[in-house]
Amino acid sequence: MKTTPFNDKHIAAGAKMVEFAGFSMPIQYQGIIAEHKRVRSTVGVFDVTHMGEFEVRGKDAFAFVQRMTTNDVTKLEAGKIQYSSMLYDDGGVVDDLLVYHCGDYVQLVVNASNMAKDFAWLKDHLSGDVQLIDKSDETALLAVQGPKSLDTMLKLTDLDLSSLPYYHFLRGKVAGIDCLISRTGYTGELGFEVYFQSDPALGSKMWDAIFEAGKEFDIAPIGLGARDTLRLEVGFCLYGNDIDQTTNPLEAGLGWITKLNKGDFTGRDVLLKVKEQGLSRKLVGLTLEGKNFPRHGYDIIVDGAVAGVVTSGTVSPMLEHGIAMAYVPSALAEPGSVVHVRIRAQDVPATVTKLPFVVKQ
Amino acid sequence: MVFPEDLKYTDTHEWIKVDGASATVGITAFAAGELGDVVFVDIPEMKAVALGDNFGSIEAVKTVSDLVAPVAGTITEVNPDLEGTPEIVNTDPYGKGWMIRMTIANPADVDALMDAAQYKALIGK
Repeated sequence: MKTTPFNDKHIAAGAKMVEFAGFSMPIQYQGIIAEHKRVRSTVGVFDVTHMGEFEVRGKDAFAFVQRMTTNDVTKLEAGKIQYSSMLYDDGGVVDDLLVYHCGDYVQLVVNASNMAKDFAWLKDHLSGDVQLIDKSDETALLAVQGPKSLDTMLKLTDLDLSSLPYYHFLRGKVAGIDCLISRTGYTGELGFEVYFQSDPALGSKMWDAIFEAGKEFDIAPIGLGARDTLRLEVGFCLYGNDIDQTTNPLEAGLGWITKLNKGDFTGRDVLLKVKEQGLSRKLVGLTLEGKNFPRHGYDIIVDGAVAGVVTSGTVSPMLEHGIAMAYVPSALAEPGSVVHVRIRAQDVPATVTKLPFVVKQ
Repeated sequence: MVFPEDLKYTDTHEWIKVDGASATVGITAFAAGELGDVVFVDIPEMKAVALGDNFGSIEAVKTVSDLVAPVAGTITEVNPDLEGTPEIVNTDPYGKGWMIRMTIANPADVDALMDAAQYKALIGK
């Protein structure tokens, strides 16, 4: 099992470690609820070194990424980032990813659990002057998230982070270490993701500097458990739960990153047909009342019959009731529609709710 | 992690404290740790249960887990504090976080349960 450069820090902080995508990762430290509220109220730090980073270089690099992803890469410029997805020929999702325009090359950031699959998929489709380089093992990644993340990071760098817009990045020194720092994250909060060379000494230096800078805000390390509840409260998809090779991006609510008019890309033909025929189901947010907590895999019931499935569900730490994302028949996808979730043989009403559940400034 | 010597344990991570013909039941510190933050304990009604019956469920943020009767008997009391403060399962699993009191129908059920050393071996502690 792989470890990240922050392994000793996790253990010293009392983390409960679990195996995730071949890495030993912290699932929680103090507890999911406390960690979740820390990120919503001040600032927390996630080790997400397990994420995959690929570089795409060469004269045809941008054309290659344009063909392999659903969003429109020609709309990017140096220093900008795009949320996108990669599709199979049948329109199923290979992965969702971030595309960084790095001037003369592209950086792709992919899910840890899909890293090997994604690399092989891209490699199989190489054409023209394109070099695909896996930088995952050399790259450490910390996400600093929460309303006090900017105040924390400003203490560590001369970079103008205050005016860095959402989904943009800069390069420079943070805590004296060469970094790529982007205004991105998976929490819905103000936040930054800091990429730098994966090295235990550099990792230790960066970790200590961030925690020292955030001390006045009660900065805390945050595990994968709270990462999941935070993203679910703001309605972000998780690959393997809400999207996978059996779902297409249109029914998953990812039409906004699927530019059918940009020209050809893998999966486009099928999506055009899907769009013409109309969607049979849609991924929606669900709200449940009382002590009814939906979970991944629970059935959606309409008129007594199974009509869909919960793809992610939990109790919302901020709202203190059950929330879920689920595929429901398109006719019931409008906010306010009521379906039922089968929770241990009981059919409990759930109201379709506009995402995000928790609205941030 | 603590596993009191005066309790008996199940392989589904309940503990039982026997007091004559009745007993108190809860979940172990290990189980509470694995579940994480407990947000709701659902024990529907006080009733007779057979050995191994599900008698309720524990909802944590991350997951839900069944509660399994360690012995046959009748549930006589459900911890009323679980409703307002379910986190006592995490903070005091052998004390304030107890789940039920029950009668013991068949004393031999108790003899079949694990002692602290056997339970620690089971979970690798």
